[in-house]
Order: sequence, then structure tokens, then C-alpha cells
Amino acid sequence: MKALRNFFEKTKPHVQKGAKYHWLHSTHDSFFTLAFVQKNTSKSGTHIHDYIDLKRTMGIVVLALVPALLMGMFNVGYQHFGALGQLETTGFFDIFLFGLLKVLPVIIVSYVVGLGIEFIFAQIRGHEVNEGFLVSGMLIPLVMPINTPLWMIGVATAFAVIIGKEVFGGTGMNIWNPALVARAFLFFAYPAQMSGDSVWISASGIGQMADGFTGATPMAEAALGNTDLNAWNAFIGLIPGSIGETSTLAILIGAAILILTGIGNWKIMLSTVLGGVFMGVLLNIFAVNAYMAMPFWEHLIIGGFAFGAVFMATDPVSAAQTEKGKWIYGFLIGVLAILIRVVNPAYPEGMMLAILLMNTFAPLIDHYIIQGNIKRRLKRVQQSA
Amino acid sequence: MSKHFKMKRGFNIRLKGAAQAVLEDAPAPKSVAVKPTDFPGLTPKLSVKADAQVKAGDALFFDKYNPEILFTSPVSGTVQAVVRGERRKVLEIVVEPDGKNEHCEFTKADPSKLSREEVRDQLLKSGLWPFIKQRPYGVLAKPADVPGNIVISAFDSAPLAPDYEFLFSKEKSALQTGIDAISKLTEGKVYLGLAPAQASGVFASLKNVETNTFSGPHPAGNVGVQISKVCPIGKTDLVWTLTPQALVFIGRLFETGKVDFSKTIALTGSEVKAPKYLKTIHGARIGDLVKEQTQGDVKERIISGNVLTGTKVEQDGYLGYFDQQLTVIPEGDDYEFMGWAAPGVDKFSASKTFFSKLLPKKEYVLNANLHGGERAFVVSGQYEKFLPMDILPVHLLKAILVNDIDKMEQLGIYEVVEEDLALCEYACTSKIKVQDILREGINSMIKELG
Repeated sequence: MKALRNFFEKTKPHVQKGAKYHWLHSTHDSFFTLAFVQKNTSKSGTHIHDYIDLKRTMGIVVLALVPALLMGMFNVGYQHFGALGQLETTGFFDIFLFGLLKVLPVIIVSYVVGLGIEFIFAQIRGHEVNEGFLVSGMLIPLVMPINTPLWMIGVATAFAVIIGKEVFGGTGMNIWNPALVARAFLFFAYPAQMSGDSVWISASGIGQMADGFTGATPMAEAALGNTDLNAWNAFIGLIPGSIGETSTLAILIGAAILILTGIGNWKIMLSTVLGGVFMGVLLNIFAVNAYMAMPFWEHLIIGGFAFGAVFMATDPVSAAQTEKGKWIYGFLIGVLAILIRVVNPAYPEGMMLAILLMNTFAPLIDHYIIQGNIKRRLKRVQQSA
Repeated sequence: MSKHFKMKRGFNIRLKGAAQAVLEDAPAPKSVAVKPTDFPGLTPKLSVKADAQVKAGDALFFDKYNPEILFTSPVSGTVQAVVRGERRKVLEIVVEPDGKNEHCEFTKADPSKLSREEVRDQLLKSGLWPFIKQRPYGVLAKPADVPGNIVISAFDSAPLAPDYEFLFSKEKSALQTGIDAISKLTEGKVYLGLAPAQASGVFASLKNVETNTFSGPHPAGNVGVQISKVCPIGKTDLVWTLTPQALVFIGRLFETGKVDFSKTIALTGSEVKAPKYLKTIHGARIGDLVKEQTQGDVKERIISGNVLTGTKVEQDGYLGYFDQQLTVIPEGDDYEFMGWAAPGVDKFSASKTFFSKLLPKKEYVLNANLHGGERAFVVSGQYEKFLPMDILPVHLLKAILVNDIDKMEQLGIYEVVEEDLALCEYACTSKIKVQDILREGINSMIKELG
């Protein structure tokens, strides 16, 4: 450790302003601060500071994503060998290894492109590299269908980081969830490659799908009126879908980590589910087709609903910032997600659009909550006077 | 009519090194000082030069914009130096005591028989007026104003704070005289805020005040929080605040006709060998107080006041004007390998992200390290947990950052000063300098609205 620290300390003068390698300053700084908590002490204000920082906060979110990631890797293999009809003959580790090798490049592309851009922006602005992308870089692969070409992942990541975040000023300033911006970008820019039945299963080299395998997601099936869902498989995550969003079980483990550590906001998660249930029940009552009649609780375990509620809607920067606002924000996400999903079959993934829409409206919700606070406080002073 | 206010929001930082109930006489300080920097916004004008002879109660300097507000010497002796900083800003006026204890003579009288003007003038002349702060803004009270109410908190809930019952148990008559004096200054009431444990203490027995009790974690003892419960203030309201120590000084003045600046402070913190109470004098030199009292095995930071709002002082610095406590903690200017990722069994945190939550110890040693880099606001809903007022702290701070006077006013800048938001700064994930930002906002309010 000493050697590493000496290396960083010795090289530090060479990346300062005016020195030869100044263009590496943000890179040096980010690796140094990643390896060592710095020795800076309080100069003004409170003399003690909590041990928590943004690195730990983001680290815990990434940790919470790991179950969904592992389950997603397994499912990629599971779907592949299922399509080949070889599930019985393939061992657990072979299935997982296949998924791992398929998913790893996606993650690498996302991180390399995203962090590369972050480093450049930090360098230009003279800031430290923000940790926000540690989470976004993991979220982006997890919301992608496995067959998305790597170049598309790269383009979408670049778009999300630049247009979704850095133009607003970086982590903490963005309006929309960057990972969803990436997903929406691909969804609208390359609709042919991002929908249909073939993108969900890594099927390179598969000539003919095995019997009973269509590759369609349960939501696409439901939109066609085919709602006989294998709920257990959907809960465990053995259905076609984006890499990380299929396993409700894994997502629940992540949700537990986020709630226990207080990093993820339970109010948003709960209110999103309540909103979804509310809309699902409403659709059940007024059902005129098979999709509307699909039991409301099944909505919670298919598509990106669970993943969105736990990992996307709770992004503290793009969500509502007031405590009451969070309830409204989450509830409307749930309502809109199910509504878009069921009523508009052109957009099977309502969750993504619902969250982006509510990201846009979150400042408005906050505005009314803040106005309420202002009026209440004014009244209180008048009463006491 | 006594009311009880129960507060849930807030947080007690469990630091090691609370003072034991032991009282010792500190060695007589080699010098004492009054620091104009203890008063935000004050422009001092000197009344004395170096080498001048002063008695206790003689003016050292005054407020340029309110020249009747005098700041007087706590001891008799020689003015040793006027310490200046950048741009010749006056930092300290140092007096070397001569040990003769000569005092200026002031009126000795029962304040309840004096008029408002007589009480006010006596406070101004004796140099006890600066102990009165006004809300909004937490700055020096103006002699021309008449406050709506006066609010005093009879306990300190900050980390390692001294026990006021222990400090003032023998000062009952001075406290009462002090209250009688200041109650002349307001047309409203004098409110006294007690902790539930003080129900039978010295403060509960005081008369001529309206007593309320406040329970809950820090900042329940902050006078700003208590004001927001008993007499919330808006744009046109004015409330004055004092500390119990100020009441004692004022009481002694009217009882004896002399200023007596002797006071008891708590010597606290993990680096103090035996945390205890010390009898000393207002503005005493730090080196004389902490000499041979600290462990000395790590680099230490001495704080005049508590870890949240205190001022960093060196050995040759002086006790702050309002401070009742010295805290010594490790400086912590070391690198820590992968510190942000460690399980953190030993790392006390207001968050739930460290294993110390599962294996809680009673007390922790915390150092002055920032434990991370400064970032933009990312996490939401964090500050609200530490402020038991109906205020949205982050939105207030953002209004200050964009210098939006209207929004600052609407979001409650009149009700808070730095100490009320200090816990937010401690717990902030993004390491935002909450107190500095708030003072900036208050300064621009004063500049805009006067």
C-alpha cells in the first residue's frame, strides 16, 4: 500500500496545472481518491464529518445491483440454451459462463465509454470525477436487451452521459435518469433493433428455435392477448427480457440492501408499487381485453416494473426531492407505467417512459410542496404574532 | 404556562471524552483576549493601543456602526498586543493580567427597580451587551431595538457539551438577577427552555420567566429550534437570545457593581487525558488550559466550542467569546486505503451504511478528516432528518447559492443560524459547507434589507 501511495504522491506534482501531464489530472485524481481516502481535514464549518461519502453511497447501489446482474447473466445462458433445446444437457456453470461471456463485454463498453467521457469533462471543468457513473455504468447494461450490438451500447452511453448529464453540469444537476436516457435513445433511434422477438435471446448460431420458444417477452405476448404467464419463472427471472430486469427475486434482494442501508428511498419504491397496483386493479375492473384482464399483481413481476421501481425511480437526483413529493412522484410512476404498458401496445415498456416523464415533472411536484411549506410557515408566524 | 415539546428529528453524535463531574481551578492564564472575529459582521474600532493599562470593564474596542456597544477587558492589566490578520483585520486584542484585579465601578442596584434605559446603559458600558444576540441572523443586538421576546436555552445538547446544571448550580442568585435585568429590555416575555432532566435543577427554580421543556436529540438545546416552537419569527419579528453564562455575568454586575468574567468550562474530547471542568476566565489563553491535559500521541486539533460549531484554535489562541467548552480531537490528516469501501465496524455514522450500526459501541473517537471529496447535492431527504423545524434546508441553501433574496426569506432564513444546520453539514454525503453557505446568505440578507 505504501508503494502505491508513494507512487500517487510522487506523480501528483506532474499533473498539476502547468505541469507536463496536466491533461491526466482528473484521471490521477480519480484513481488516487478511489484507492485512498484523502488526508484533507476540515478547514471551516463542522470539525467532524460523517464517514459516508458519494463513493460509498454509489458503491452500495452497485452492490445492490449485483444479484440482478448475476441472475441476468444466468438467464442469458438459460434463454440461449432453452432456445436451442439443450437445457437438460447443459450444466449450471456452462449456462452461467455463457451468460457471463455475453454480458461482460456490454458492461466493459458501458464503463469505458461513460467513464472516459466523465474523465474528459472533469478535466475540462477542473472538477473531481463524480461517482454517479459508477451506478449509471452498471444500470445501462442491465436495461439493455442482450442482443444489442456493442456499438449501440457505446453510442447510447455517450449520448446519455453527454446529453443526459454533462450538459446540465454533471452528477447532481441532471434532469433525467442517465441510464434511462440511454435506453430511450436506443428505443427511439433504433426501433428495429430494439424491439421484436429476436433481441431478447442471445441466439447467434441458432438456426431454428426449439419448440415452444418464441423469444417474445411476456409483455409482448400479453399485448397480443396471450396472458398465460408462468408467474414463478417470471418471479425467479427465467423469462426473456432485458439483462438485469427479469428476476424480481434478485431485484427484491437489491431493494432490501438499499432500504436497510437507507440509500434507496423506500417511499418511492412503495408508492410506485402502490401506483402500479392501483392502476392494475382499475384496469382489471374495466377490462375489455385479455391484457387489461391480466391479474394486476402479474404486472409487478414482468417487464421492467420492479427494476424501475427499485433502481431507476429512486435515483435521488432525478426524483422528487421533497418527502411528500416522493409519494406523489412514485405513485404516478406506477400508474403511468401500467397505463402506457396496457393501453398503448406500441410502447411495451411503459416503465421507462413513465419514469422519464415523472423525472420531467418532479420539479413541478416539488414546486407545489415548497409553496405549501412557504404558505404554512407564513401562516404560523402570523398566528403567533 | 409551561409546555412540553417533543422533537424526533435530530441526532446525537456519540463522541468519546465527555467531562466528568470534576471541577478544578485552571492555572491563571498568562494572557486573555477578546476576539472581534467571534461576532459575524462586526467592524471593530479600537479604543486602546498596545501597552495601555486597563481595568476589568474598561473598553478595548467598540462597534463602528453602533459606537455605544463596547467590548471590555475581562481582567485588569496591560494591553499586550493588537493582533491583525490579512488586510489589517483585527483578530485579537490581547491583555496581560497584572493580578491586581482592579475593576471599573458600575451601578450596584436591584435591576427590577431600574428603568429600561438604566439597565440598557449599564450593559452597554460594562461590555456585557455583546452577549445579547438577535434573531434573525444571529448577530449583535442593536441597542435601539426593543425585542418581541427574549429566549434562553438552559441546556446545551451539542456533542460533549457541558452540563449546565453542574456549571451553574451555585449561581442561582446571579441567574435570577440576570433574568430580572434582561426582562426590562423586552415588552414581551422571557422564555427559558429546559431539558426534561432539569425539572428540579437550578434553572427550574427561576422566576420571572416562562419555562418550557424540550426533549429529543441535538439540536433540541439550540435556542433557534426553541424559538421556532415557542415564538416563531418572520420578517418583521425580533427576538433576542442569551446564554446562561451571560445571565450570570449580568447578574454579578448588578449584584456587585463590578464585572466578574470568571467562568467554568468543560475540557472534553477523546484526546484529553481526563475530561473535566475547569474554572478559568473569559477569553483565557488556550495553552494555559490544555497544558499537560492532552494525550499528545497523535496530531491534535483544539476546538474552542464543540465539534459542530466551534473554532479551531492553536495553543497560543484564546477561548471564544461564547464558548463554554474546549474539545480536543485527532486531526486525522492521514490517507486511508480504500476507506470508503471498508466494512466500518469502528466508523460511527449517521447513515446506515457501516457495520458500526450492527455492533454499536457507546462512544467513538472521530477525527477532523473530511472522509471524502466535495460534490454537488446528490442525496435528497438527508438534511431534513437533522432539523426539527418546518424548513426545507436543501432548498434554502440552493436559494442562497443563487442569491435569491425572496426565496431565502420565504424558505426560512430568518429562523436559522449556522448552529441549527451544523448537523446537516456533519452528515452530508456531498461534504457541502452548509454553515459557510448559510452565513453567506445571512450576509446578503443584511446587505439587501439592512
